[in-house]
Amino acid sequence: MTEATLIQAVNKALHHAMKVDPDVLCLGEDIGVNGGVFRATEGLQKEFGESRVLDTPLNESGIVGMAVGMALYGLKPVAEIQFLDFIYPAFDQIVSELTKFRYRSGGQFPAHVVIRTPYGGGIRGGLYHSQSTEQLFASTPGIKVVVPSTPADAKGLLLTAIFDEDPVLFMEPKRIYRTATGEVPEGDHRVPFGKARIVREGSDVSVFAYGSMVPTAFQARQVLEKTGIHAELVDLRTLVPLDVDAVVRSVEKTGRAVIVHEAPKFCGFGAELAAILAEKALYSLKAPIVRVTGYDTPFPYTLENLYLPSVDRIGRAIQRTVAAG
Amino acid sequence: MPPAEPSAPTASPADGAPRVPAVPPLEIVPLPYGKKELSDRLGPPWEERLHQMYRGMLLGRVLDTRMLGLQRQGRVGFYGPATGQEATSVGAAMCMSGQDWVFPGLREQLIALLRGLDLTLYAHHLFGNDLDTARGRQMPCHPSAREVRYASMSSTIGTQIIHAVGTAYGIQLRKEPAVSWAFFGDGATSANDFHSGMNFAGVWKLPVLFVCTNNQWAISVPNEKQTAAPSFATKADGYGFPGRRIDGTDVVEVFTTLSAARARVLSGAGPELIESVLYRLTPHSSSDDPSRYQPKGWMEKAKAYDPLGRFEAMLEKLGVFPASEREALRADLDAKVRTAIQEAEVMPPPRTDSLFEDTLKVPAWPLTEERDSFDKEQGGNFP
Amino acid sequence: MSAAASRTTTDLPEPSLPDPDLLKVLRTMALARAVDERCMNLQRQGRLGFYVPLEGQEAAQVGCAWALQPGDWVCPAYRELAVALTRGVPLRDILNQLYGNSADLSKGRQMPNHYGFRQHRFLSASSPIGTQIIHAVGLAYASRYKGEKVVAVPFFGDGATSSNDFHSGMNFAGVYKAPVVFFCQNNQWAISLPREKQTHSSTLAIKANAYGFPGVQVDGNDFHAVYRAVKEARARAVAGEGPTLIEAVTYRMGPHSTSDDPRRYRTPQELATWKARDPIERLKSELLARGVFSEAQFESLQEELRSMVQKEVQEVEKMGPPAATSLFDDVWASLSPNLEEERKEFEELLREGVIRP
Repeated sequence: MTEATLIQAVNKALHHAMKVDPDVLCLGEDIGVNGGVFRATEGLQKEFGESRVLDTPLNESGIVGMAVGMALYGLKPVAEIQFLDFIYPAFDQIVSELTKFRYRSGGQFPAHVVIRTPYGGGIRGGLYHSQSTEQLFASTPGIKVVVPSTPADAKGLLLTAIFDEDPVLFMEPKRIYRTATGEVPEGDHRVPFGKARIVREGSDVSVFAYGSMVPTAFQARQVLEKTGIHAELVDLRTLVPLDVDAVVRSVEKTGRAVIVHEAPKFCGFGAELAAILAEKALYSLKAPIVRVTGYDTPFPYTLENLYLPSVDRIGRAIQRTVAAG
Repeated sequence: MPPAEPSAPTASPADGAPRVPAVPPLEIVPLPYGKKELSDRLGPPWEERLHQMYRGMLLGRVLDTRMLGLQRQGRVGFYGPATGQEATSVGAAMCMSGQDWVFPGLREQLIALLRGLDLTLYAHHLFGNDLDTARGRQMPCHPSAREVRYASMSSTIGTQIIHAVGTAYGIQLRKEPAVSWAFFGDGATSANDFHSGMNFAGVWKLPVLFVCTNNQWAISVPNEKQTAAPSFATKADGYGFPGRRIDGTDVVEVFTTLSAARARVLSGAGPELIESVLYRLTPHSSSDDPSRYQPKGWMEKAKAYDPLGRFEAMLEKLGVFPASEREALRADLDAKVRTAIQEAEVMPPPRTDSLFEDTLKVPAWPLTEERDSFDKEQGGNFP
Repeated sequence: MSAAASRTTTDLPEPSLPDPDLLKVLRTMALARAVDERCMNLQRQGRLGFYVPLEGQEAAQVGCAWALQPGDWVCPAYRELAVALTRGVPLRDILNQLYGNSADLSKGRQMPNHYGFRQHRFLSASSPIGTQIIHAVGLAYASRYKGEKVVAVPFFGDGATSSNDFHSGMNFAGVYKAPVVFFCQNNQWAISLPREKQTHSSTLAIKANAYGFPGVQVDGNDFHAVYRAVKEARARAVAGEGPTLIEAVTYRMGPHSTSDDPRRYRTPQELATWKARDPIERLKSELLARGVFSEAQFESLQEELRSMVQKEVQEVEKMGPPAATSLFDDVWASLSPNLEEERKEFEELLREGVIRP
């Protein structure tokens, strides 16, 4: 065990995977000499060489498409998209190709590619360095969507992703890249997909969050704890596959649900969670489900702190939900 | 760009003037080779090579004819013929090794068959039945054949080009003596992944052969509306490696040029783009009506460059492979195709379970739940 | 190689403009430099959130913009400060955007340097690379359709030549003979990726061959060379002869942005080589050599510009952020019902102090 930040944990996972498996390689913009604009790939090119850590030309559909070709050949490519906001030129490769290869070939040509990408706001990144669009990918069958919120999970989930057999979109909450710190197990630490983490148990209300919203929701939960409201905070960890049992069980216990994400509300991942609860836990509900989300606008620059769900907004939503019934 | 009006496919700008007359006659233009030239180009045993070429092209033609007939009768849902492209497919397939990878466009199925994809298995795919390796998930003419390194193709234009490049990277990394082949049409040169594929391949000097089958039409869009470049081969200038233009209806030229290009690529000299000029002698697909956009009589004139006809005319002149033998071969191939179709047509559709397979390796919720309740939802009588 | 091979136009001893105009050119370049220096300092002091410097690219930007007409469309990336200044955009408007304050014409919605000035036909810049290239082709096509004799000029870097929209933009412009002047500032580095790893082609200008129109490589630190090349390309485009790609070879003397540390990927020697080719010094020494003005005059010009920038910054820093509820404006032509509901809730949170602007 060593203490590490979330981004260091990402680096450790990549380092470990590359060390134990010569088929693992990384490709992306500025990831080699520069070690990535956030330094996630720091030192990797030096250790593993240019042939395994590729600085690519500036073309995201090229990065993902090339990774698909590498995977078809039998390598395990980990592609980095510098910001989730720049993934859209590769959307065609993801939606039309990566997620379809296994299915359309009857299992003959699985393309196991991991796409790592920093996402989310709160770093004064404006429209194009802040967005959360996980719902676009989560609603596309054929790709797993993973969002860690702690250093240990970042390492464990990334290693699971790299040695999985399906495409994975690995979304890294960049706002907490350096603020989230914690113990990270050495070596081949794996965290299974589809297992939510109960951050704190509670009896009055279930709060569902993932990625950078977990620490924010946690703060809100802790403040309310002192007022006698015991919220159960559930970190979903993987949106696809989703730990639906954990979601349902928690609400069966608490009878109330608050869902938190940075992405806009309309058709956001919270809508799926609310639908699941309506289908599977309706009779356990004592109060309407509440979503605390980014607003249904593009992501702002100057006013970003007003846009993102804050401790106060989440806290107030929890309070009201508990008061509602 | 060559005009939409069929004209002689020009030779590579590098090797001078066009070989075939500029004004297209209404009859077949025979391939211009004598025995000596064939022996020089194909080496001994050149007769055997000719036979191989003819057999391959004929298989494609027989299959197209039979399948278009079936499509018109409503027995298969769709068909994408490759009539007019046989010389390029056959010439390319003949210079590949078993270790090479093929990333096809819409009209390269013949290559899969020549590389060893079983004809009956291919027929199962055309009918999308239970024995289709892809469980009838794709439209006809989109086969996948892992065993012959023929990648599953997409209907999305050009996406395979960058996949070929990624695979070439793997080949280079593992130092395998193989080449990755990307096939695509004239329209695909405008696609994003043509740009990224060509650029990435140039940067890493990868073992890729880009083969652009310029059949003059991207559905209804002619070459001159696809790009203002003087040729598609010229596009290689932008990526720092050679581009060549060849007569794609001349199987001998295709074979010799691609063999040389493959050897060059294999030696580590970096990628190459080959523009194979040919004519689409059928509609884009069984759903297309070219009379809406092609000049009157275009296709009839283009038939002067029917690769099979040109080849047969040469055989006539050479007197090496008499019509009676050719007819016998055609009958034999037709019988094989018929048998394969008969076998495939009677097979049931894929079992319903297969609906829920191969999305992820192990299905995730909610697919598991959807699978488990499927029988109940489908089975009951309503109301 | 095809007929449309690239050519190099260097060594142009003849001045391209009369001396009084060249003095204005130099002033614009020096103003851009003064803004750049000030803003890099402001960012270091934490007074400005972020900044993208253009140091080293002044001749390329001013040279190009000087050859354009007011009706022409400019489609910038995020480094085109000197283009904005040449187009006559007031310094105040530029600084307001950098601060994202209540007077920012873009209402503080974008990161610094992502300017947009409708009045100057200066398109709103985006962070994704190369997307403006195809927009320029649409603008050019539409302008011609409407009978305007203008051109559209996308500005982009060496890295953008790899992007999807470079490919589609160049191809579409060739097919439609659209009046576009593609202006590529090859500043040698796409963040950490050097030009030779961006593409294997011998020049960037040669890429025009793939699209059937001319590509020209010019010394991007030579104002005259850039000005002449763009002027000629503009004339061709307006005359209906189609687009041109211009590769202006220059150098980014500063970091990619204030978040970047170029020492990680390039050598001090390389920087020194290019500093010796500083485009401002180059034009200045030419004017000094011809006795158009003196070193002392240049120094007082710099002094004047610095204090002007200083004063403007002071004014701009007095402004507050945009109104909190402006968050909900401009998503749609008029507020959508779900957004209206969100705004109501937001106003309630403001009143209750849950949200504090």
